[in-house]
Amino acid sequence: MSPVQTMPPRGYHLSKDELGADILEVAMGPHHPSTHGVFRMDLKLDGETVVDLKPVFGYLHRNHEKIAEDISYPMSMPFTDRLDYLCGMTNNWAYALSAEKLIEIEVPERAEYLRVIVGELTRLVNHCLLIGFFINDLGALGTPLLYALREREKILDLFEVLSGARMMVNYIRFGGVRCDLPEGWLGECQRIVDAFPAFLDEYETLLTENEIIIARAQNVGVVTREEAIDFSLTGPMLRASGVNYDIRKVDRYGIYDRFDFKIPIGGHGDCYDRFMVRMLEMRESVKILKQAIRDLPDGNIMGKAPKIFRPAPGEAYGRIEAPKGELGFYLISDGTPIPYRFKVRPPSFVNLTALRHMCLGHKVADAVIILGSIDIVLGEVDR
Amino acid sequence: MNNFFDLKLVELGRWIEAFFADFPSLKLVVHLLLCTLPLALSFMGAFAFTTWLERKGLARIQNRPGPNRVGIFGLLQPIADGIKMLIKEDIVPERSDKLFHFLAPIMLMIPALIGVGFLPLGDGLHALPLDSAIIFFFAISSLNTIAVFMAGWSSRNKYSLLGGMRAVAQMISYEIPLVLSAVAVIMIAGSLNAQEVVASQQISSWVGSGNILQEFFGRILGWNVFKPWGFAGFIFFFVAALAEANRSPFDLPEADSEIIAGHLTEYSGFKYAIFFMGEYISAFAIAGIGVTLFLGGWNGPVFSGLPWFVLKLFSLFAVMIWIRGTLPRLRVDQLMGYAWKFLFPLAILNIFLAGFYHFIERQWGTAIAMLAGWILGFGALQLAATALSRLNQSPIMRSKRVYQLVE
Repeated sequence: MSPVQTMPPRGYHLSKDELGADILEVAMGPHHPSTHGVFRMDLKLDGETVVDLKPVFGYLHRNHEKIAEDISYPMSMPFTDRLDYLCGMTNNWAYALSAEKLIEIEVPERAEYLRVIVGELTRLVNHCLLIGFFINDLGALGTPLLYALREREKILDLFEVLSGARMMVNYIRFGGVRCDLPEGWLGECQRIVDAFPAFLDEYETLLTENEIIIARAQNVGVVTREEAIDFSLTGPMLRASGVNYDIRKVDRYGIYDRFDFKIPIGGHGDCYDRFMVRMLEMRESVKILKQAIRDLPDGNIMGKAPKIFRPAPGEAYGRIEAPKGELGFYLISDGTPIPYRFKVRPPSFVNLTALRHMCLGHKVADAVIILGSIDIVLGEVDR
Repeated sequence: MNNFFDLKLVELGRWIEAFFADFPSLKLVVHLLLCTLPLALSFMGAFAFTTWLERKGLARIQNRPGPNRVGIFGLLQPIADGIKMLIKEDIVPERSDKLFHFLAPIMLMIPALIGVGFLPLGDGLHALPLDSAIIFFFAISSLNTIAVFMAGWSSRNKYSLLGGMRAVAQMISYEIPLVLSAVAVIMIAGSLNAQEVVASQQISSWVGSGNILQEFFGRILGWNVFKPWGFAGFIFFFVAALAEANRSPFDLPEADSEIIAGHLTEYSGFKYAIFFMGEYISAFAIAGIGVTLFLGGWNGPVFSGLPWFVLKLFSLFAVMIWIRGTLPRLRVDQLMGYAWKFLFPLAILNIFLAGFYHFIERQWGTAIAMLAGWILGFGALQLAATALSRLNQSPIMRSKRVYQLVE
């Protein structure tokens, strides 16, 4: 058959469906500047509008949970640093908490305070980085990001002095913490914490009222209160949707019941609220830090932990309010020094499930900032 | 008027030409070379300097030192970059449309350089002194849309295609407020000739002359930007020029956080460098026409000529760099809405205001009448701008958000 014969009759127009060319499929990632690691979004675009989205991950899978089932309990501790590699301290803490539930170790008071201090510092580190990258995703060429990184770097220096590493801290132990504060650490920490609100003020004046940020972030990626609960979102994402749920208040794990702090709640559940809730959360963290530094008692930093960690058969689930949401470790013991089952409940993985719902109908540029506002770390998503 | 520098340059040109007076066929070639070569070379040099300026400026805005390894203050960095670009492998995607992939950077470079030729750089320093230079300039500068789309289409990359699509939509939309804000100037100057537009801004009509102070300020206040319509028009022009030159906050065609590098994604090596240079030179060209139309061209107090033009050009570029280091990016639909629903009506209103102000100036010409013109002009623009932004803004953004802190 000649090509002329297969052509449609004169005056006949192919409809969009027949042409099959109106949908553009773009694989955004795994190497894309703003997927925050090796994450892929398979987008279907109608022009610039997202009509379908499939999150693809697993590029960073390191078999964390299965490896943990082959080694003894304390040996998994350094691996937890690599889960959410931005917040090693809180990962350590969550794992220690669940192990302590399994064997019931008393944690000395000083260690509890130290945990709160490093945990809240970690929250500052994480939120600094998130708001910086969020504004960066909005297209502000690095300037707000670098200012946020500058503050983060100060806290990472503290971590380095304390534990020897900036990010892979491996600091918290079952029953306490690894080492006591070095000379002068607390003063330096006090100085950084006191100076922190000035940075937040600067950031807020410069950015939160910015016309472009408001136009870009408000009413984009909305998750309603009910949807947020249905997606089992946690952390700042859930609170931005207007749910008052913070495990620091709900569980009062550690010594969080001793501190006076409040939970910021958003009303709209959009990207702007997620950004603002984190900004406000940093202020509350600073409040907690000031109280903890003030009240830090003297004493032991390690409780009476057994030489060989051999819990009785049973199970335990320890969870904390990590900067990204509820971070839980579920352990099943069969009476040996090696866990029978080791399961991580990573907040960014669960929060990521809402991505498709939030992105549909928005533009490509919005998909990027929605992903940025979820706050994912692929080390934790893929494990 | 003291324009010593320009006269010397023109004299130098004549002096060189005089050597070839006996060879009529060569004379034309030499004349053309003298018109074009220094222009092209100096703008390429300016490009090299600007890349350094931009990197250094952005770095200082971002609280870091910036390039400081090559030469004093990293001043030789552009040369190092150039060598790096030259010796890099030129990768062409296997399934790309190789001819158009090759042609796109050239296609961008040529109109950019032609556009520069229309700029009156100084008294007598004018490579293409056409009577309709400004219309020609806008016609030529809109050609780079084609080059960007060629790059986007021929790369056979989805990001490039998205970038190309964005570029076409954006550049065509912003051409309209750009030209409309220029129309006011052309209307008042009564000429499309760039030199005459510059001449119309030489002296302020109402400051008068006599003492040194009046002379000094008269030469500044004559610029169009110091008239209400000119000020507003300059802002519209500058915003549209940012979009036209793909500069932040309108750098959507090459939005790195969304579509990697847009139409530049598949370019590497020297083709990328040419593309980069072309974009900068078209940004120069558009900033230069902004200087010509609104900032008095090469006019200035004390002396006039090329140095003033260069100073104004780099000041405008410094503002562009400052904006780039400060503002986030708009979204595609917001960008288009901003051009069509906001800038376009205001630019049209501005044309009427220009006529109105010009009428007052001609009719009365006193300082009080001028003041009334300013107040009325800005009142009208402010009213229109408020009404338009009210109409365009979605209701959710109108109220300031309050965040609860709960136990």
